[in-house]
Amino acid sequence: MSIENLKVNDPFADDVGDTQPKNYVHIRIQQRNGRKTLTTVQGLSKDFSPKALLKAFKKEYACNGTVIIDPDMGEVIQLQGDHRTKVMDFLTDKDKSKMGKYALQKDHIKIHGF
Amino acid sequence: MAETEELVILPSAPKKAVTFDDEENVDATNTQEAAADEGDGLLDLKKKKKKSSAAVGSDGLLDLKKKKKKKVEAKAEDESTEDKKADGDAPSEEVAATSSEVQFDADELANGTGVWNSAATSDLTYPLLLSRFFTLLKSQHPDLTGDGRRNYKIPPPQVMREGNKKSIFANISDICKRMKRSDEHVTAFLFAELGTSGSVDGAKRLVIRGKFQQKQLENVLRRYILEYVTCRTCKSPDTDLKKGENRLFFVTCNSCGSRRSVAAIKTGFQATVGKRRRQKV
Repeated sequence: MSIENLKVNDPFADDVGDTQPKNYVHIRIQQRNGRKTLTTVQGLSKDFSPKALLKAFKKEYACNGTVIIDPDMGEVIQLQGDHRTKVMDFLTDKDKSKMGKYALQKDHIKIHGF
Repeated sequence: MAETEELVILPSAPKKAVTFDDEENVDATNTQEAAADEGDGLLDLKKKKKKSSAAVGSDGLLDLKKKKKKKVEAKAEDESTEDKKADGDAPSEEVAATSSEVQFDADELANGTGVWNSAATSDLTYPLLLSRFFTLLKSQHPDLTGDGRRNYKIPPPQVMREGNKKSIFANISDICKRMKRSDEHVTAFLFAELGTSGSVDGAKRLVIRGKFQQKQLENVLRRYILEYVTCRTCKSPDTDLKKGENRLFFVTCNSCGSRRSVAAIKTGFQATVGKRRRQKV
């Protein structure tokens, strides 16, 4: 049982969504024919070289991929297959072989799709 | 586990039309059963309780519990077991464990007769009174028992396959009505999230291009609710989405009155899929 008044409650504990970091990295998925999918990573900051990242992704997930230069969205990394969670892990990994000190915060990344 | 989750979309099988329907089930199942499915309940605290209640029950009762449990379990999983039982029945169980004269019937408790009579001389322990309080509260003001995070329930999305490449989301208008959002908004969100397109057919069902399962749409819907339906301040799902000044969308909470802006739905990058020749023409 819990009595509301007696709870130690930080009213600002979950107040995170409103100060939004504007430059999210969006990780999306798109269905292709059959059970094939594409993963796209959009909104990476200019500090990263998409080419180098792509190379790492391709090696890590054993998939093909490409960097697409979109007139609106800038450079978008596109990978074959559903690698959303793995890309997320990669981008937030502080390991030296991955992102090292350039690792992103988890709340700067948004995963879309089902 | 589900403790932190306040949005519960019912899994497919039982097609109940429920919002905030905690009480029904508690009433239907008697306390014994409640104790039984509390056993699956998640907190350490509850586990202790389970032991004590098991000690109280005779062998026959235990058997009964086990049998019932199986039935109940299916139900219990639907309605995220935890909160109600934690609130309502835990105290009464405690009572059962502590005092020897158990089994106050509900009538006595509700009417203030028997042990509860103001003229009665027997001692009323704190847990006893507390259990009475919660029982009464639950029967008369069910809204208040949910300690802030209520269970918000919407029917599960019904997804059918049309042909090989399309999915039909049948009950979208029902769901939208329950969330008090416009169909278009939800549809736009779905399409943006799933990176696909589609249309609405004659019976107001949504036809989505691509193969999608119910679980997947459920996930997306859950995200929609988090983002566009629940109030950030009080977690209430009773909110309105309105277009405010300068083209921003605002969510206004009907229960606490707070207001926040929400991001417009953006589709983002869409890779070209399929035959390029077809797209050029």
